[in-house]
Amino acid sequence: MSTQSRRRRALHWIAFVVLLVGAIGTQTVINGAFQRFTPTQEVQWVRSPGVMRRLVLGFDSVAADIYWIRAVQYYGATKLAKAENKDYSFLFPLLDITTTLDPRFNIAYRFGAILLSEGYPNGPGRPDEAIALLEKGIREAPTKWEYYLDAGFVHYWWRRDPRAAADWFLRGSKLSTAPNWLQPLAASVLAEGGDQLAARVLWTQLAQTAEQDWMRRTARTRLQQLDAEAVIEQLQPIVNSFYDKTSRFPMGWEEIVRAGLVRGIPLDPTGVPYSLDPVSGAVDVAKDSSLYPLRRGL
Amino acid sequence: MSAVLIVARGVFKDSIRDRVPYNLLFFAVLMMAASFLLAQLTAGQDVKIIKDLGLAAASLMGVLIAIFIGIGLVAKEVDRRSIYSLLSKPITRSQFILGKYLGLVLTLVANLTVMAIAYYVVLAYLDWHTPANVKLGWEAAATDPMLLKAFALIGVELMLVTALALFFSTFSSTFLSAALTIAIYVIGHFNEDLRSLESFGASPALAMLGRGLYYAFPNLAPLNVTAAVVHGQAVSVQHMLLASGSIGLYVAVLLVASTLIFERRDFK
Repeated sequence: MSTQSRRRRALHWIAFVVLLVGAIGTQTVINGAFQRFTPTQEVQWVRSPGVMRRLVLGFDSVAADIYWIRAVQYYGATKLAKAENKDYSFLFPLLDITTTLDPRFNIAYRFGAILLSEGYPNGPGRPDEAIALLEKGIREAPTKWEYYLDAGFVHYWWRRDPRAAADWFLRGSKLSTAPNWLQPLAASVLAEGGDQLAARVLWTQLAQTAEQDWMRRTARTRLQQLDAEAVIEQLQPIVNSFYDKTSRFPMGWEEIVRAGLVRGIPLDPTGVPYSLDPVSGAVDVAKDSSLYPLRRGL
Repeated sequence: MSAVLIVARGVFKDSIRDRVPYNLLFFAVLMMAASFLLAQLTAGQDVKIIKDLGLAAASLMGVLIAIFIGIGLVAKEVDRRSIYSLLSKPITRSQFILGKYLGLVLTLVANLTVMAIAYYVVLAYLDWHTPANVKLGWEAAATDPMLLKAFALIGVELMLVTALALFFSTFSSTFLSAALTIAIYVIGHFNEDLRSLESFGASPALAMLGRGLYYAFPNLAPLNVTAAVVHGQAVSVQHMLLASGSIGLYVAVLLVASTLIFERRDFK
């Protein structure tokens, strides 16, 4: 290689490095100088599931997956947002499109129903939309007993309607594919209507049978919430007895402990101390506990 | 027949030379990257999503190869003027068309086979890494052989797209051929709606026209069995044969039409 061509090659390398450093530098300046535009409101350009199904040109399944990922991310981002008013209004349309693109998307119905019925601020608190989604699933797969179980669940847990819940469980139990515990569950719900025992049976079943780890974790959290509710029911009379003796509510658990009413600061099943309102004396799970809010507080 | 095979072999070698196999590398990387990323992004369902993504990628890449190589099969020979020397040899124009078609179909089938192998390797890896209790929730095994039915019907769809691209390239420019092939591909997926235009409020005359177009254009919807196989539902052999047979007839019509048009072209 001649000296001239070697010099030219070296020049090319120097130019490459200088230009690359320049490009990166400019990019850094741009990043610092400009704020990326983020819309104040989310926009869902296509709201019609039918139109979306036509637009994806046969790639229905993969488009359903994209919408499913979007729905989960939307729910998670909204739940974790620091905003005062959390807006979950796109959750149902996203799940509706997902299940129209892939009508057999089992987890989108089951998991979607849990997300939709979750009480505000942890979810939109729309058990009606959860039921609508599950009814759509039943139209697509009439032998799927799990959708009946979930619909009954929504009625029992979120709507506090044991009669409707039992009706769903009974309908589900008549399917040839249904497990043998579904019919006794209906009876149990009717007998125990509103009692924690039936709720415990329901969540225990879900914790043992749910297909997805997330659903099993949710069921375990609900069982912990039931435990917390049971403990609160025992703690509240103790706080009230403090009031009866001193004509005021305690400023905190330390006062109750000093008074010898409890042995130590009571902790919820996640290890976070229960909250005690010094004004009203109300005992609840703390707001920083993963168990907050309890269903009874909704 | 040997003339057809010679032309087909030439197309196959050309495709290899044109770096078509690069898309296989892209496919393999996409599948592997997807399997790791999606596990983080999705709430369960990673096996379903990887199955869907793999089949969609195989179909999309196949369609793109079929269109962009298919439209050049005849046009390239005309542009390079090699068509004159080719047609001066003992080869008929119908043999030329059939050879070109078979060559590209062979390329696509080889492509699809390698993609299917990469697909199963990734799924087997996922299967191996997944705990048994999680697998209980799967509607079908990760390496379910039924997935091959989806690959087979993707192959049938690619045969049609190749025939369309070849047909249009016998009488129009490459750009127009690509546009027309894509248009028919899109119509093929909308086809079910053409049959029921009256449900969208169309007049009886328009509805009749829609029904006519429905039968004139190939219906690609029955070839899409991705959702069924991914959910572990049965796809009958009868469905496979009927769907393939119907498309096979359209392919034959297109090849005959391509030959008829090509024979009328003057290369003297």
